[in-house]
Amino acid sequence: MSVSPDAKPKLPRGVRLTHNEAQGGWVLLAPERVFKADAIAHEIIKRCTGEATVAEIVDDLAKTFNAPRDRIETDVTAMLSGLVDKRLMEI
Amino acid sequence: MDATPQRAPRPLGLLAELTHRCPLGCPYCSNPLTLEGRADELDTATWAHVFVEAAALGVLQVHLSGGEPAARRDLVAITRAAHEAGLYTNLITSAVGITKETFAKLSNAGLDHVQISIQDNEPGTADHIAGYKGAYARKQALAAEVTRHGIPLTVNAVMHRANIDHVEEMVALALELGAKRVEIAHVQYYGWALKNRAQLMPTREQVDRAVKSVEALRARHHGQIVIDAVVPDYYARFPKACVGGWGRRSLNVTPSGKVLPCHAAESIPELTFWNVREHPLADIWDNSPAFMAFRGTGWMQEPCRSCPKREQDFGGCRCQAFALTGDARAADPVCHLSPHHALVAELAEARADAAYDYRR
Repeated sequence: MSVSPDAKPKLPRGVRLTHNEAQGGWVLLAPERVFKADAIAHEIIKRCTGEATVAEIVDDLAKTFNAPRDRIETDVTAMLSGLVDKRLMEI
Repeated sequence: MDATPQRAPRPLGLLAELTHRCPLGCPYCSNPLTLEGRADELDTATWAHVFVEAAALGVLQVHLSGGEPAARRDLVAITRAAHEAGLYTNLITSAVGITKETFAKLSNAGLDHVQISIQDNEPGTADHIAGYKGAYARKQALAAEVTRHGIPLTVNAVMHRANIDHVEEMVALALELGAKRVEIAHVQYYGWALKNRAQLMPTREQVDRAVKSVEALRARHHGQIVIDAVVPDYYARFPKACVGGWGRRSLNVTPSGKVLPCHAAESIPELTFWNVREHPLADIWDNSPAFMAFRGTGWMQEPCRSCPKREQDFGGCRCQAFALTGDARAADPVCHLSPHHALVAELAEARADAAYDYRR
């Protein structure tokens, strides 16, 4: 699945990002499934509210972490595409 | 020898049996033969406390089950409490007793996922298996509400001799109802199902056909619906890693607050269970005798003790080992290495077309 810079990604109903100390951090929860979200995944997913576009999310991350925009864009697009394929993200 | 005791793994899931009351009478019900009564049920506040303790222990998902969870008038408040504790909430229901209005409240309370059991693909036979007239129609109505609210739906299809030839029709029905996932769950023989084993047991030919059918349906519907299948283990050569290993991944709280490593654990008479009314949940998980009994591999006998798969299947199911051999420490006799393995095939042959002994 290709991800357009204009798409506004959001978690579908039934998929939830939550923090659990005993499990060591952030996790993405779906029906009968649990995915650990590392620090980078958490920073990306928490910005997927259905309001910001992919381009805006990339801008924000590049600014916040003072990192090259094209590298961030590659990472974000790859992650979102993987999540969409697993039905863990809507675009 | 290492002097520091190894910390127990953290559980991911909690099965909350809110009540054993249920309008249906399915002859394979996973509840124990001795059902707990309404008077002994935990109240709303105690469940809310259990959910907070569960989240602190590492639990991520709570399965609100029963009996029929909607038999509790406080189901909405219980669901909200689980959601507010930070848990992912999964409602496991027969659909009987949940009106449109109740469902809207559940949705607002933060319900994440719904699993509806369906007994067969035709109303007449489905209602006969459930022992309840009109159940099938109510399931269709609730499924429509679930998808209308945009909540993901799983159809749970328990398969046995009377409906195992309808795997394809059950998957078609799940698709029609808008389910994203369907569980083709072959009966596991504990509790009521063990009592009805001769009436429920499929033939080997039926099982082989069902397994092939699931493979073909997975290929045909890839991307449309996820088909999960629970294997019928009387015809297997290796045991299942029951509940992902004893006291490793999940726990079960009964309506009266007893904490069990799996829903059938009370069938093993030697076990002592602690109650959430008397002990913190973390203490029960780490230290209660029932959880300590078969955690890890130290309790194992041969052929499990030296088996290269002992950390993969954990010797199979303790309840099944006890039910079929009388020894809860024996290898699950489903395993071809068990000295009792021939017994399993013998029991699978003992089929009888008698009336169901409905769960009441």
